[in-house]
Amino acid sequence: MKKMIAVLLLLPLVSFAVDNSEAMEDPELQARYETLTRELRCLVCQNTPISDSNAPLAQDLRRQVREMLLSGASDSEIYGFMTDRYGDFVLYRPPFAKRTWLLWLAPGILLLLGGAILTRTIRQRAAMPIDDDDEDEEAIE
Amino acid sequence: MIRFLAPIIILAILVSFFFVGLYKDPSIVPSPLIGKSAPAYELPLLLKPGETLGTEKLLGQVYLLNIWGTWCFACRAEHDVLLEIERQNIVPIYGFNWKDDPHLARQWLAELGNPYVASMVDTVGRVGIDWGVYGAPETFLVDQNGIIIHKLIAPMSMQIWHEDFLPLIRHLKAVQR
Repeated sequence: MKKMIAVLLLLPLVSFAVDNSEAMEDPELQARYETLTRELRCLVCQNTPISDSNAPLAQDLRRQVREMLLSGASDSEIYGFMTDRYGDFVLYRPPFAKRTWLLWLAPGILLLLGGAILTRTIRQRAAMPIDDDDEDEEAIE
Repeated sequence: MIRFLAPIIILAILVSFFFVGLYKDPSIVPSPLIGKSAPAYELPLLLKPGETLGTEKLLGQVYLLNIWGTWCFACRAEHDVLLEIERQNIVPIYGFNWKDDPHLARQWLAELGNPYVASMVDTVGRVGIDWGVYGAPETFLVDQNGIIIHKLIAPMSMQIWHEDFLPLIRHLKAVQR
């Protein structure tokens, strides 16, 4: 029983190779292929890169990336090809633009804001007299 | 005062974002092709495999391009609507049989009726990528100059047809005259 539970608990860790296409001869191209397919979003299954999706469209897009790599296209040409057809949504890293600046800067802004509030609070607390609790004083009296 | 108001204001902003998000369908990805020329392609016809059709040959008319496949459940659901639109005889509907088995596709049209002037066959899905197709059914509205005017990423319904497509089509036809 314990063994069975252990096996069941490990089950989610099992991974399946989705992209079962042959590796490209040129290891450099293969490396670029792997990066590109991880950076492109599968539109059918939205939160999966095309490298991890078995949707027919993801397979087609992988084939497209592969063919473009073999024909000598640069990474930016391949990303351009995809965004021309599917929009910025296919990119996991959307470009910094008028529409996306808040998205990109929000973490930094929030960090600064949080830091400012934190320092202010710490300073205020530090400036307080150590024993300023009226009730305590009354109690002592 | 600010101490108490600030969290409430922040909460209100968050809630309004979430509220708007609630009514947005993330599966609908706006097409960057709207307002641009339809991709150049030529594909064999489903019912006349010897003939081809494509953007260039379709220039000069306002038409619908409906992406469909027999494997697509929602396509079956919209099929009657397409037949009804065809009966209204306002714009021709061209079919784009996407990643399908042509044999099954022909059977489908024979059984359910054929709303299409012609259906082009893209078995491997290469031209589909050029159209930015990602989930059938999709319906494009293309104008006389081959410009993509509108794209529907959902099954066509009579309501969508009347509210979204017809006004655009009337406008396009008025401009033509």
